[in-house]
Amino acid sequence: MIGIGVLKFLDKMSSKRAVRYLVYSVAVIFFLSLILVPPILGIGFRWGQVGQVFENPGLLSQAMSAIYVSFGVAIFVSVIDIVAGLPLAWYIARGKSRWLNVLDTFVDIPFILPTVALGYSLLLFWSRPGGFSSIFGASLISPGWLLVVLLHFVFSFPIIVRVMVGSLLDYQRVYEEASRTLGAPPLTADRTVTLSILKPSLVSAFILAFARSLSETGATMMVAGIAAGGKTAAFVNGPVFISLVGKDSAAAVFVSLMLIVVAITIFAVITILGPRLRLPTKKVWPSLERRFSGSNFTISRNAITIIIFLFIVLIPSLFVALPAVSAITNGTLSQALSGTGIWQGYWQSLILSYLVAAAVTLINVFIGLPMAVLIARKRVGGPLSAIMDILVNIPLVVPSIALGASMSFFWGNFTFVPEIVILIFAHMAITYPYFVRSMSSAIERVSVDLEEASRILGAKPFARFRTIILPLTKYSLFAGALMVFTRSVDETGATLAVLSSTSAFKTAPVRLLDWVNGTVAATPSDIGLGIGILVILSFAVLLVLRLVIRRGEVKQ
Amino acid sequence: MPTVKVENVTKKFGKGKIVAVYNVSLEIKDKEYFSLLGPSGCGKTTLLRLIAGLITPDEGKIYIDGKLVNDVPPEDRGVGFMFQTYALFPHMDVWDNVTYGPRVRALPTQQSDKLGREMLEMVRLYERYKALPRELSGGMMQRVALARALSAGSKLLLLDEPLGALDAKIRLQLRNDIRNLVKDLGLTAIHVTHDQSEAMTMSDRIAVMRKGEIIQVGTPQELYMNPRNIFVANFVGEANFLEGHIESVKDKVAVLELRGNLRVKVLNEGGPRKLEENVVLAVRPEAFLLEKGRKEAVNAMFGSIERVRFEGTNLRYEVRLVNGDLVVVTCPTLSCELMEVGEKVTVSFSPDKSHVFEYPRVGLGQELTAE
Repeated sequence: MIGIGVLKFLDKMSSKRAVRYLVYSVAVIFFLSLILVPPILGIGFRWGQVGQVFENPGLLSQAMSAIYVSFGVAIFVSVIDIVAGLPLAWYIARGKSRWLNVLDTFVDIPFILPTVALGYSLLLFWSRPGGFSSIFGASLISPGWLLVVLLHFVFSFPIIVRVMVGSLLDYQRVYEEASRTLGAPPLTADRTVTLSILKPSLVSAFILAFARSLSETGATMMVAGIAAGGKTAAFVNGPVFISLVGKDSAAAVFVSLMLIVVAITIFAVITILGPRLRLPTKKVWPSLERRFSGSNFTISRNAITIIIFLFIVLIPSLFVALPAVSAITNGTLSQALSGTGIWQGYWQSLILSYLVAAAVTLINVFIGLPMAVLIARKRVGGPLSAIMDILVNIPLVVPSIALGASMSFFWGNFTFVPEIVILIFAHMAITYPYFVRSMSSAIERVSVDLEEASRILGAKPFARFRTIILPLTKYSLFAGALMVFTRSVDETGATLAVLSSTSAFKTAPVRLLDWVNGTVAATPSDIGLGIGILVILSFAVLLVLRLVIRRGEVKQ
Repeated sequence: MPTVKVENVTKKFGKGKIVAVYNVSLEIKDKEYFSLLGPSGCGKTTLLRLIAGLITPDEGKIYIDGKLVNDVPPEDRGVGFMFQTYALFPHMDVWDNVTYGPRVRALPTQQSDKLGREMLEMVRLYERYKALPRELSGGMMQRVALARALSAGSKLLLLDEPLGALDAKIRLQLRNDIRNLVKDLGLTAIHVTHDQSEAMTMSDRIAVMRKGEIIQVGTPQELYMNPRNIFVANFVGEANFLEGHIESVKDKVAVLELRGNLRVKVLNEGGPRKLEENVVLAVRPEAFLLEKGRKEAVNAMFGSIERVRFEGTNLRYEVRLVNGDLVVVTCPTLSCELMEVGEKVTVSFSPDKSHVFEYPRVGLGQELTAE
């Protein structure tokens, strides 16, 4: 009864213009003051240090090469991802067989696995004794650039497939049919018509894969071949460089700044030029394309894409299950459960990770909702809303270690702010776009007509939100919140940058990174089990997500 | 010389649960304008897509020009297809859309340019060649789609509800344009529509479809004059249906007893009928003669006007007969006596302008529902 009274009160309040403005302003101020401005100012505070880097040519060239490597790997991996992922997406979206549903589910695995699990799994598979590589005697691929490329390929592959399957299923096949009746063989129709129409999805898939590769830190550090002592590595990109030199050094400030500026520039260029980019559709090679449209070619293309998926993506990702299973039988499990030795810290980290993720999710949902409405319904005018939309996405494309570093530069000036709060702020900034993005596009899909109908029937603004928008978007809300949660649990780069080396607040991925890189002595069984527990919890989250979304689909 | 022959074709969807087209056979002659007419969901679009090769039949054979094409992909069937939504490629301008066919068939540039120009001039849109589809009006998009469908030089044109998305006025205009074009170019056309007046005015022959089957094939006149069953009588044109039974049969004349002991004479067509057999009498609204007061006439039925509606060309009266049945009568506005609601009238019809059908097993109401 009290609940209903409160809702009625809120409904009534919401019809006051001042109250609405207050809610929206709080959301915007929150976004600006906690998410957008601190990283910008933070890096600005250390601007003066950057000059030191230019005085040391050796350091400068190392820093520059780390930056080049970061962008080079990101671009290379995203391109390879599209080449390898597009055929698989096509096969999943167009095939009729029932087992494609299973395949579709498996594609998500590398995406939902914590990246530290992926990193360790790939490390085991390709270069540690007992892995696939031990068939060949020695380590097949030693930690270094090739293993990093493989890792980045694996974790960004599901993004491409997921985005492209979605847009292929939405795509109106009538265009393709028109092309066929005009005489185009299947491959020509796909290339000149379907791909051109799907170009926006292709561009956004590319941006997502690119940003993820640029940002990933934890797993990359596992496979980068960091030498004992943590001063040199076989592979050095931006994030590895920052953690090698320490985030407070001038070189780290320089690299963070460059990563942020170049990432935002590339993002802006793709956003502006993407729509103008035209895929080549004029030239047609009828006999050649006809030959490649044949069923033999299609079958072998599907076979190749599935083999790549199985042997490069899926099996190496799941290889960590082996030591995890053996840990159950060899006594590691009982040791873990008793919480002795290194396990005491592990459980603390796990609890810390989940508490931080819960806090971050809760805050972002509450404060992200008005922002999502603001953007989706263009409440501050078209151009300003569009700018908001772009600003909200910035944390998505900025490498998380750079974002974390500049966040800690900023908050470091306020010594009364405890480290744990800075950690939560950093995670909030990184995960904020995930929620607002998915929520604002869900709200956009709710027809304004429905809101107007409810308005004419007498509903106040808050009542409209709670009776129309919320019920119709609750699955996206849930999915967005879970995405924030998993992303926060997984986050390593910003966490490393925020925490001091002696910090008590080691989250689970940071702790596991210590284990893998030998900072803390841990057996393969320990690591396998530690990662296995994290993975099982992640799968539980995935399962909930799938169930909720499926229920939503059935109902809608 | 495109002829199309469809032989016992069946197509099912949804793991065989939904039968879209069932055991259909058809023959379409060279240079014929042929329509597939039926309510939505009757399988007419599926049949058209089967002929185009966009889907393949589960059973049966399809021949184009006497050649079996079951295994021929759409790009090699040499058909022009116009989609209901036009499906103009949104990322290409008018010129690139219209020359797409020649281009993907690898015609020399010179020839494809010539074709593109000819086609656009034919639909009077050459000056808009640089426009993007979204910059055109519905009628223009429709004409571009037509030009594109014909640009590959196909002699068989398949049209899927080509006028469905247009305004009423433009629709009437384009009916003539399309038919004239098809006739001038000597094409064979198969046109899918749910609009019976569109099918009637455009076609040489029509196949009426229902629930995946072909009910009747004939010229527009044949369908109108001699509908094979209640469904066709109702779907092609309009008809009043009155329930009754056969009271007596003598030579070519049968006497029906309608409700309320109302007796009418009809021609005893379609073989000898059994006495007492339940039947349905169908009379078109325009076949009734409506007069004021009580008049003596063959098949005179009395009643009073219940509702009047002005439809422009016609006046439409709903007359409640003394037996309780309601009939619709139309007559040309300019030559018709104006009557008011409540006026006592006589409705009559000539025996040769009525049709008698067996009473449907599923009941009259069910038989009349379009799906």
